[in-house]
Amino acid sequence: MKKRMLSLVLAGVMTAALLTGCGGSAGTEPDSSADGAAEETEEVPEETAETTETAEETEDSGTTAEASGDSAGGTFKIGGIGPLTGSYAVYGIAAMNGSQIAVDEINAAGGINGMTVELNFQDDETDSEKSVNAYNALKDWGVQVIDGCVTSACSIAVSAKTAEDNIFQLTPSGSAVECVANPNAFRVCFSDPNQGAASAQYIGENGIASKIAVIYDSSDVYSSGIYEKFVAEAESQPFEIVTVGAFTADNKTDFSVQLQQAKDAGADLVFLPIYYNEAALILKQASDMGFDVQFFGCDGLDGILGVKNFDASLAEGVMLLTPFAADATDDLTVSFVTTYNEKFNETPNQFAADGYDAVYIIKAAAEEAGITADMSNEEICAAMQDAMTKITVDGLTGEGITWDASGEPTKAPKAVVIKDGVYTAM
Amino acid sequence: MEMKINKTKISKTTKNDLITYGMVILVYIVVQLLVSTGHVSSLVQGLLVPFCTYVIVAVALNLTVGILGELSLGHAGFMCVGAFASAVFSLAFKESIPGGLRFFLALLIGAAAAAVVGFLVGIPVLRLRGDYLAIVTLAFGEIIKNIINALYLGVDSNGIHFSMKDALSLHMEEDGLMLIKGAQGVTGTPNDSNFTVGVLLILITLFVVLNFIHSRTGRAVMSIRDNRIAAESVGINVTKYKLVAFTLSASLAGVAGVLYAHNLSTLNALPKNFGYNMSILILVFVVLGGIGNIRGSIIAAVLLTLLPEVLRGLSDYRMLIYSIVLITMMIFNWSPNAVFFRKRLKQTLTSGRKA
Repeated sequence: MKKRMLSLVLAGVMTAALLTGCGGSAGTEPDSSADGAAEETEEVPEETAETTETAEETEDSGTTAEASGDSAGGTFKIGGIGPLTGSYAVYGIAAMNGSQIAVDEINAAGGINGMTVELNFQDDETDSEKSVNAYNALKDWGVQVIDGCVTSACSIAVSAKTAEDNIFQLTPSGSAVECVANPNAFRVCFSDPNQGAASAQYIGENGIASKIAVIYDSSDVYSSGIYEKFVAEAESQPFEIVTVGAFTADNKTDFSVQLQQAKDAGADLVFLPIYYNEAALILKQASDMGFDVQFFGCDGLDGILGVKNFDASLAEGVMLLTPFAADATDDLTVSFVTTYNEKFNETPNQFAADGYDAVYIIKAAAEEAGITADMSNEEICAAMQDAMTKITVDGLTGEGITWDASGEPTKAPKAVVIKDGVYTAM
Repeated sequence: MEMKINKTKISKTTKNDLITYGMVILVYIVVQLLVSTGHVSSLVQGLLVPFCTYVIVAVALNLTVGILGELSLGHAGFMCVGAFASAVFSLAFKESIPGGLRFFLALLIGAAAAAVVGFLVGIPVLRLRGDYLAIVTLAFGEIIKNIINALYLGVDSNGIHFSMKDALSLHMEEDGLMLIKGAQGVTGTPNDSNFTVGVLLILITLFVVLNFIHSRTGRAVMSIRDNRIAAESVGINVTKYKLVAFTLSASLAGVAGVLYAHNLSTLNALPKNFGYNMSILILVFVVLGGIGNIRGSIIAAVLLTLLPEVLRGLSDYRMLIYSIVLITMMIFNWSPNAVFFRKRLKQTLTSGRKA
């Protein structure tokens, strides 16, 4: 009897929690799932009722959106998704901070088409499932454009949902190919294959090395994506890959085996398509074993000078292809880095720059498309999708960036070399 | 007279089971009504399938922990096996088999794959006494995750290609389809899971588990849990019954994995979703809901999945509060002092009501 009482109470609590979970959402959400649901022909009967309901809701929300809104043009709601907790929190927080700075600047300058921009950044813990939850939470909030996700796998999971709901999505740093497979999804950063090919071409064209060793993280999407394309592109380049050493996320502290392999094979360049934490260890271990060689990396190496207890002199001469260097001297970068330093007391990395650019790209596309607050999400999505292929953006991560309908950006990769402890353009 | 006694005797367990089924069906009807009247937020709607996934896996683990009395720290690993086996099947036959049938076959494949793996893990370990199952399943969960992260599988006009090295060594033709792409996992799985299917699977799981517990085999399993020597002395084949229960538990975890894999369009084996932490989280569902209490597992799984999402409004403090709530709930449920306090409180309440 006691157990039954307890379970009844708990069941009650559960139902109550379900109810509170949806409080306040009715009416205000410009739910656009109606269109997506209608397109699907195989719907179970109960969902038909839902479809009609959401259609009504969309009409309702149109009026609410017009009525509310503190500034003359209403508000424009951008939803961000990225890891704010867990082991990849550094990337999500950086992207969030970068986006926030851009939003503050835009609002100070009068907003987008007179609309005040609001940013709501949700945590996804680098988990695809949590990422979709975060996206649904943003939908309840009334999101109009998604600035996310920060990581690739989450971005793919969310883009399936945004495509269904017709919500425009721009991922600042989701670099896997599939992230922009849907027509409503675009990205700010280079794709992984793009970086692999660009690195191989850069090394080949500039004759930096003839025998190359690769050390990459086979359990990481970013790293293996770059590696595969690098190897494919290497066939048509005037150098050869002499050894390949792989490691995984569970085994990333000792690289002596991979380094010894590279040394024995007589490599004159080690290509590191990995993140900077592991790269810092590799540099240290290479110097300990007296292996003096040229290191070359991608944007994941950006931030290596900021690693705690890392002797920055070891990174001297390391080359990397990156879209963003915090030490660049152009006005845009200088002002961004200063503001970021003031606000968050640290030097921004490329994720922060991607986040910052993402908001400005959304702004440029929204202005091109003539977005107003009373447009429905489907209208915004269609207009933005079209506008993306017409705009040219000068951002932190590249000048004159353009997009085609595939969602891939076209911009020139910047190669930098670490000289006297700072990133210097080559 | 005889009939009557018989009837009341059956109805005690049956009644208890019916309450469990009724609870699930009631929640399903209430939720469907709320959804159709537009009172459920997108967040909760998106959580409905994960609820079902975690309920199934919690019930499955409760079978091992509560009924069999062995500790498994690798149920996320069985979920992972079920998820990947079914996702690969669904992706490969995405065009050639219609939705409903394909998902049904995927469920069977996922359950079978997890059962086979569970059986293989169980053969050596369940012969031992002590906590060896916990150690071996813990290792199994990590190994399976790493194997899948190193696995490359593709299919093209020449047949199936397989590699443990990288995607390039598959030497696929142009028309090839990558099924598992190492760490990038499976992408493009059809979204076949929905709430109705999830609830149906919960009901099937409950039906299987509850009937198993009340069956002859189930009683044998429980007798092993309670006193192994006594069970052996009456001629119960200990290893056999332990294997039966553990394999069943693993295959149900595989079903949960199938539901998980068909809810999202990407599937990666990450520490986050199929790692050690997830196994522990499932164990937390079971412990919090009460070891051996199937209904409790259901409620705990739903509550603990919902909690971090409802707390989204608190942004940075979300995970902090989630863990504090967990600790408080554990103390409230299990600490002897808290149990005593609850008893006394209840006594005061009931005596007050009488007076």
